[in-house]
Amino acid sequence: MSDTSLTIRRFSDLANPSRFLALSARLLPWLCCLTALLFAVGLFFAVTSAGDYQQGETVRIMYVHVPSAWLAMMIYGVMSVSALGTLVWRHPLADVAARAAMPIGAAFTGLALVTGSLWGKPMWGAWWVWDARLTSFFILFLMYAGLIALNRALEDPARAARLSAILILLGFVNIPIIKFSVDWWNTLHQPASVLRLGGSAIDAEFLRPLLLMAAAFTCLFFCLHLAAMRNEILRRRVAVLRRQSARSAALNGPAA
Amino acid sequence: MNFAAPHIGFVLASYGAALVVVFGLILWVVLDGRARRADIRALEAAGIRRRSDRRPESGSAPDARP
Repeated sequence: MSDTSLTIRRFSDLANPSRFLALSARLLPWLCCLTALLFAVGLFFAVTSAGDYQQGETVRIMYVHVPSAWLAMMIYGVMSVSALGTLVWRHPLADVAARAAMPIGAAFTGLALVTGSLWGKPMWGAWWVWDARLTSFFILFLMYAGLIALNRALEDPARAARLSAILILLGFVNIPIIKFSVDWWNTLHQPASVLRLGGSAIDAEFLRPLLLMAAAFTCLFFCLHLAAMRNEILRRRVAVLRRQSARSAALNGPAA
Repeated sequence: MNFAAPHIGFVLASYGAALVVVFGLILWVVLDGRARRADIRALEAAGIRRRSDRRPESGSAPDARP
């Protein structure tokens, strides 16, 4: 067997939900331990690092606001890859992955908006301004909410999967808008200061807890996503069993 | 962290919001998982099983699957 066909075989092996359940059950405890460890170290540095000379203690809001904002966009990226998996490769777990990620993405987008407001009030003097970054990020939250509503409204899971995948891919255009909004328009947000050409503009004192908390939030997402995917697979199994039960009851006819 | 610093309430509120969201999500996946496993157990107790989970009955071939 050639290397390419072996790789495809391994990829398609993972398409089996039962195999995914077994693999994720082995992986989850280790991932949860790593997440707890990263949160412990990240929070230690977040609380003990020095305050900013201008912002004072409010700089600590960055250690929860920025990771949740990054995660909100990364989750949409994960959903977009899953949408491609649904439409192009018809991978059985692709729709499960997208559907499981939606509420988690909505929660972290909401958290980024709330912590952003709580950081904006003391620093900018306003809870909210309709600038490009905030508006595009609010649109991301509405997109998550819309996708959740769409999935709940449609009873046919195959139709819901196709429609969601198309909408997810259409909505992906908002991700580069969020990322580059601070460069393209005049906004209250500062330009990119961590991921930029020429290296980070943030001092190591603030960068250390920021990166640790970002790693902790990312691991937390993968834990939650794996667990939510397992729940989604079980939900679909319950639906199949209920249909099977209804069908056999109809075939047997009413009890005498 | 200096708890007497100005605007400390905004910092505490941010960490409080993060705590609520993180624990809310953990609670959601744990409770949802329990509910789904309970559903499957209840269906199995009523004799409804997935075809791949059924034991081969006597007289039928062990690998016979529709």
